[in-house]
Amino acid sequence: MELFWYIALISMLVIYVILDGYDFGAGIIYLFLAKDEKDKKSILNAIGPFWDANEVWIIAGGGVLFFTFPKLYAAAFSGFYLPLIMILWLLIFRAIGIELRSQIDHKMWHGIWDKSFGIASLLLALFFGIALGNIVRGVNLGGVVDGVSSYEPHYFFLPLWNPSFSPHSETLGVIDWFTLLLGVIGVISLTIHGATWIILKTNSQLNQRLKRLIFRLSILLLALSLFALLMWHTIVPNAFGNFIQHPILWIFPAFTAAGIAGLFRIQSFKNDRTGFLFSTLYLVGGLTSSVLAMFPKLLPSTNNVNPALTIQNTSAGQYGLSVGVTWFVIGVILIITYLVFQHRIFSGKLDDIGYSDEH
Amino acid sequence: MEDMLFYDRIQFAFTISFHYLFPILTMGLSLIIVYFKWKYLRTKAEKYNHIAKFWMKIFGINFAIGVVTGIPMEFQFGTNWAKFSELTGGVIGQTLAMEGVLSFFLESSFIGIFLFGEKLVGQKIHFLSAVLVFLGTWLSGLFIIATNAWMQHPVGYSIHENGQFVLDSFSELFTNPWLIPAFLHNQSGALVTASFVVTAVGAFYLLSNQHREYGQIFVKTGVIFGLISSILVAFPTGDWNAKNVVKYQPVTFAAMEGVFETKPTDGEIVILGQPNMETMSLDNKIAVPGVLSFLTYKNFDTEIKGLNEFDRKDWPTNVPGLYYAYHIMVGLGTIFIGIFFIAIILLWRKKLYQTKWVLWSLLLLSPFSYVTNITGWYVAELGRQPWLVYGLLPTHAGGSPTVSSGNTLFTLLGFVGLYFLLGLLFLILVGKIIYKGPELQK
Ligand code: HDD
Ligand code: HEM
Ligand code: HEM
Repeated sequence: MELFWYIALISMLVIYVILDGYDFGAGIIYLFLAKDEKDKKSILNAIGPFWDANEVWIIAGGGVLFFTFPKLYAAAFSGFYLPLIMILWLLIFRAIGIELRSQIDHKMWHGIWDKSFGIASLLLALFFGIALGNIVRGVNLGGVVDGVSSYEPHYFFLPLWNPSFSPHSETLGVIDWFTLLLGVIGVISLTIHGATWIILKTNSQLNQRLKRLIFRLSILLLALSLFALLMWHTIVPNAFGNFIQHPILWIFPAFTAAGIAGLFRIQSFKNDRTGFLFSTLYLVGGLTSSVLAMFPKLLPSTNNVNPALTIQNTSAGQYGLSVGVTWFVIGVILIITYLVFQHRIFSGKLDDIGYSDEH
Repeated sequence: MEDMLFYDRIQFAFTISFHYLFPILTMGLSLIIVYFKWKYLRTKAEKYNHIAKFWMKIFGINFAIGVVTGIPMEFQFGTNWAKFSELTGGVIGQTLAMEGVLSFFLESSFIGIFLFGEKLVGQKIHFLSAVLVFLGTWLSGLFIIATNAWMQHPVGYSIHENGQFVLDSFSELFTNPWLIPAFLHNQSGALVTASFVVTAVGAFYLLSNQHREYGQIFVKTGVIFGLISSILVAFPTGDWNAKNVVKYQPVTFAAMEGVFETKPTDGEIVILGQPNMETMSLDNKIAVPGVLSFLTYKNFDTEIKGLNEFDRKDWPTNVPGLYYAYHIMVGLGTIFIGIFFIAIILLWRKKLYQTKWVLWSLLLLSPFSYVTNITGWYVAELGRQPWLVYGLLPTHAGGSPTVSSGNTLFTLLGFVGLYFLLGLLFLILVGKIIYKGPELQK
C-alpha cells in the first residue's frame, strides 16, 4: 500500500512540475523578454486557461501527502516553515498577477501586475529547486546537537540560511550553496520548459528568439547538471547506491540525458510539439532520478542519531490507505477526462483567445 | 502552554475567516448563475445572458481570491498544527485529499471554460460547465465540512498506542450525524449571502436610477432566493444543528446560550444580555420564557443543563465570545427572514421597486450576511474549544513543536498585510464591474 501511494505522490509531483513548471517558465520569459503588449498577450493567452488547474496538482498533492504520510507532512511542513509560507505568498502574487492585470486597462496597473507575475514566477522556480536540494541533502532530524536530540526524532526546523552557507555544516539552513545550485538549475530548466510551451501554443514573434535562447540555456543546463551530480556525491554518502543495485533504474537518468540532447537540436524541429516533449523528458528524468536515488527514504537524516523518514515509518493506517485507492483511481480517471476535454477546447495556437483582454 | 500557540490560533482564525468570505459567495452565486444561464437557454432573451456574464465576471474575481487564500489553509495544518496533522492525518487527511482530487480539479478545469470558453464551446456546453462549477464548489464544501464534522464529533476511528488516530470505517466519515445538518445549514447560509449580494446590486441600481431593467430582475430573483434560503437556514437546518450541539457538546450549548445555572423546566431564550464571567451570570438580560427548550427539545419539560454542571476545565475557553457569536448569528438570521418576507409581500403587491426604505434595508443588510456566516463558524470553532478533536485531542497538544511563536507572528503579520491588499483589490475591481453595469461590453 505504501508503495502505491509513494508512486501516486511522486507522479503527482512530477505532473505538477511539468504543468505548473511551464507557467513559471512563461512568467520568467515574460519578465525578461516580453517587450510589447503583443508579446505579453501571447504569453498570457498561452497559459491563461490552464494555470489554475495546473496549480491544483500541488494542492491535491499536499492533501494526498497529508493523508498517506501524515508524519512526513507534519515534520516537513513545520520544519520548512518560513520557506513554505513564502512560497504561499509568492503563489498569491503569481496568481493575482495573471488574473488582475486585465481587469483595468491602464499602464501603471499593467506594470505592477507584470512584475508581480514575472518576479513571483522567477522566485518560485528558484524556491522549488532549492526545495528539491533540501530534500536530497537531508535535514538534521530531531535537531541533534552534540549527539542529543532536541525534539522528537522526526521533527526538525531549518532557518532560511546559516552564515556559512555550507551543506556540510551541523546547523543547516534552507539555502546553502548546494541547494542554491539546484535552485538555479530549477530556474534554467523551467525557463526552457516555459519557452517550449510558448513556442507550442503561440505564433508569437518571440518564438525564433526563444529557440536560440533554449539552445544556449541547454548548454548551461548540461554543465550545471553535471556539476550538481558531482557535488551531490560529495554531500550525500552512497548517493547512487540504488542505481548500482538496480541497474534498470538507469533509464530515468537516461531520460534526462535524452531530454537535454534533444533540446540542443531545438532549432531544427519542424513540429512545435517536439521541443516541449524534450524539455518534459528532462524534467521527468531529473525529478524521478533524484527521488529514486533516495528510495525508500522520503527525507534523509544528516545525523546518525535519528533515522531517515521513509515510506514505512511515516505512513497512515493500512485500512485508510486501502479505502483511499478506490476514490483516488476514480478521481484520476475523472481528472484525465477533464484534462483531455480542456486541452481539446483550448487546442492549437492561442495567441488571440482573448484571455488577457480587458474583461 | 496555551500561550505558545496564541499566534498560531490567531493566524488560523484570521486566514480561515478571510478565506471563507470568498467561498460563501462562490457557492451561493454559482447556483444563481446556473439559474440565469438556464433562464437564458429557455427564453433566449439576450438580457439573461448579459446577466449571467455580469455575475460570472464578479464570480471570476471572487473565485481567484478564494483560491489563493485557500492554498494557505491546506498548508497550515502542516506548518502550524504539525502534531495535530501527524496524529489525525490518517483520518481527516482522507477527506481533505478527496477534496483536492475530486472537487478542486473539477472546479478549476471548468472555470476556465466557463469564464473564457463561451465562444469556443457553444451554449449547451457552456451551461454544462456552469453546472459543473457549481457542483465542484458544493463538493468542496461537503468535504471540508466532513473534515470539520469529524473534529466536532469524531467517528469511525481508533487510537493507536502512539496516540495516532487510525481510520476504521470510511462510511462513518460520511454518515457522521454532524455532517449533513452542518453541510445543509452552511450551504443555505452561503445562498443567503449570494441572494443578498444579487439583491443589493439590484437595489443599488434602482435607488441610483440606472440599469433599471436589470435592477428589477436582480431584486426580484434575489429576494425569492433570499426568502427561501433564509428560512432554510433557521428551519430545519439551524434547529437541527442546535440539537446536535445539545446532544454531543452539551457544555458548548450552555455557553452559547449563556446558561450559567441549570434551569428547571421552562428554559427561556435570551435575546439580549452580556455574560459576566466574574459573577457567572448574564447582565441586563431580556428573555422570552419557554422558547429555548421548545426549540431544542421539542417539548416543554426537559431541563436545560447549565455550565455549573460541568467541570470548569471542560468549558469552552471563550464563553462570552461564543455567546455573542451565537446571538449575533441567530439575531441577524431572524432579521433576514423578516426583511425578505416584507420584500416578497411588496413584490407580490408590485410595490417593491418603489419602496425605498425596503431597498435601502436590503442594500445595507447585505454585508451583515457575511457577518452571520463568519460568526456561525465562530460558534462552531469556539464551541469546540478546548479541543481540536472534540473530547480527545486538546488544542494545546496540536501545535508544531519546532515552530517558534516569533516565526508565527512574522507570518501572521505578513498574512494580515497581504490579505488587506487582496481585500482592497477585490473591492475596487468588483466595484468597477458593478458600476459599469450588466451590459458592460458596450
Ligand atoms: C447566513 C448565515 C447563517 C444564519 C442566518 C444562521 N446560521 Fe447558523 N451557522 C452558519 C450560518 C448561519 C454557518 C456559518 O454556516 C455555520 C458555521 C458552521 C456550519 O456548519 O454552519 C453555522 C453554525 C451554526 C451552529 C453551530 C454548530 C456547531 O457548533 O458546530 C448552530 C447551533 C447554528 N448555526 C444554529 C443556527 C440557528 C438556530 C439559526 C437561526 C436563525 C442560525 N444558525 C442562523
Ligand atoms: C474544515 C473546516 C475547518 C477546519 C478543519 C478548522 C480547523 C481549525 C483548527 C485546526 C484551528 C486551530 C486550533 C484551535 O484553536 O482550535 C481552528 C481554529 C479556529 N477556526 Fe477553524 N476550521 C475550519 C473552518 C473554520 C471556518 C470556516 C472558520 C471561520 C470562518 C473558522 C474559524 C476558526 C477560529 C475563529 C478559530 C480560533 C479558535 C480559537 O483558537 O479559540 N474555522 N480551526
Ligand atoms: C481549513 C479548511 C479549509 C481548507 C484547507 C481549504 C482549502 C482550499 C483550497 C486549497 C482552495 C483552492 C482550490 C482551488 O485551487 O480550486 C479552496 C477553495 C474553496 N474553498 Fe476552501 N478551504 C478551507 C475552508 C473552507 C470552508 C469552510 C469552505 C466552505 C464550506 C470552503 C469552500 C471552498 C470553496 C467552495 C472553494 C472554491 C473556490 C473559491 O470559492 O475560492 N473552504 N479551499
